[in-house]
Amino acid sequence: MDIKTDFSLDAKGLACPMPIVRTKKTMKDIEAGQVLEVLATDQGSKADLAAWAKSAGHQFLGTIEEGDVLKHYVRKSSDEDSQEKKHPNVVSNDDLKEALNHEDTLVLDVRESAEYAFEHIPGATSIPLGELDERAGEVDENKQVYVVCRTGNRSDMAAQKLTEKGFKTVYNVVPGMSEWSFDTTSNQ
Amino acid sequence: MTIKEMTVKEVAKKVLNKENLFILDVRTEDAFQDWKIESDSFDYMNVPYFDLLDGVEEIIDDLPKDKDVLVVCAKGGSSQMVGEMLEEEGLPNIYSLEGGMKAWSEHLEPVKVSDLKDGGELYQFVRIGKGCLSYMVVSNGEAAVIDATRMTDIYIDFAKQLGVEIKHIFDTHLHADHISGGRALAEQTGGTYWLPPKDAADVTFDYAKLEDGEHVTIGSTQIDINALYSPGHTIGSTSFVVDDQYLMTGDILFIDSIGRPDLAGKAEDWVMDLRETLYTRYQELSDDLIVLPAHFMIMDELNEDGTVAEKLGVLFEKNHGLNIDDQDEFRKMVTENLPPQPNAYQEIRETNMGKINPEDEKQREMEIGPNRCAVR
Repeated sequence: MDIKTDFSLDAKGLACPMPIVRTKKTMKDIEAGQVLEVLATDQGSKADLAAWAKSAGHQFLGTIEEGDVLKHYVRKSSDEDSQEKKHPNVVSNDDLKEALNHEDTLVLDVRESAEYAFEHIPGATSIPLGELDERAGEVDENKQVYVVCRTGNRSDMAAQKLTEKGFKTVYNVVPGMSEWSFDTTSNQ
Repeated sequence: MTIKEMTVKEVAKKVLNKENLFILDVRTEDAFQDWKIESDSFDYMNVPYFDLLDGVEEIIDDLPKDKDVLVVCAKGGSSQMVGEMLEEEGLPNIYSLEGGMKAWSEHLEPVKVSDLKDGGELYQFVRIGKGCLSYMVVSNGEAAVIDATRMTDIYIDFAKQLGVEIKHIFDTHLHADHISGGRALAEQTGGTYWLPPKDAADVTFDYAKLEDGEHVTIGSTQIDINALYSPGHTIGSTSFVVDDQYLMTGDILFIDSIGRPDLAGKAEDWVMDLRETLYTRYQELSDDLIVLPAHFMIMDELNEDGTVAEKLGVLFEKNHGLNIDDQDEFRKMVTENLPPQPNAYQEIRETNMGKINPEDEKQREMEIGPNRCAVR
């Protein structure tokens, strides 16, 4: 699968500990919430990167194996969980699960494309928050739009944007994918 | 600055001699919990290397200053880095494990078990990091290898040193916890590769059928290898009696435990085979036979001289798995509450069948972790 990321780090051919040392250094230079792709050939890098990310508070998204190359995806930690949510129409994960039964429901996933690629709600449309301004036209105004992200913050901002643009029914799904316990699928 | 390195051979000696060593394992917590260098006389500390990238100050107070500290990682790179950082902080006696857990997993320590009748010799190869045991029977210029690991060079070099030619290679069963070196060794030496046909239904290569009652002679002096069908761990599992003295039990009977019947997905079907083997077939053998298994699970199973061996009669008394009179209780023990299955055991089985041929690096990864072929 093809995953769009903000940055890519080539750590191919490097042995442990270098893939993690380089990743840690690169993460300092990218902004909170952005996704780094790490290309590595060291088989041990998979478990190490996942454990390092957890220890450092970053979000490890997953690994794709392409021949000898491991492509890891890590999203830099952000303080989004603690931010106040402003969009008035808030629904729960359970409400969205129920709404999936209705034909006029549209699930809009505004996480980064790498997050979406590894796990998302079947049928969800992916438009990362950063691309929403230019791509809002792709969203059908006549549907009930359920905006989802990982914890409900990015979806809050996306719901506000859509409302400003004149969308009538927009719901922010809280908390969203971090606690989604129903069916998911991946791009693989 | 280059840090002092300790070889896996030196560490193996410390384990066998029950010397003290402080291990600073810098792999992930999961990796450390799953599998480490085992010794009752070692002390341990686990801090992942990636938590030390900004400095080692936080752990310095917890490290001993009056004895050797061995830093251990997966392959030897991170332990060097952490070791150098510790040395720069002025700590003495810091070593890095050369080659890391990968080398530890691959190290074989050859130990002589005994002389055989008519001048032959029997060696046990202790794969101390993984608990695998393989054997070489030597007699009059010829040798047989039993349950070879994939480190085939070690057997070839060893045979060269002894001036003997490897003629026969046996696997007691289709292994699920480690990649067999049997087929490769047969190709490299021109020897015959023997495999129990009931375990070899799906293999993709030619082999000699090892069946009940088969006798193979090593050398001209009648070192007999007498095959004994003993199903349970796998349906084809076969034991050998070597030189009328030694019982090679494969993964059916260990020193302190017995084989598990579930690694080919047939636990329920094979329980009674396992019971029949342990409680009937083995009972008919002489108590004086010395059991040589294909694994050990805990360091306590090693004898003073580093061998893993015990008289069958002693095991009938002391091994819990041989002393469960009630059939239902036995069935429960070997089918319920089993330990986790070995890492990548299905891929390992497919490799041993010749169905897949992973790269060397991949094979190493597949074998990472402890062996888990037993139930206690």
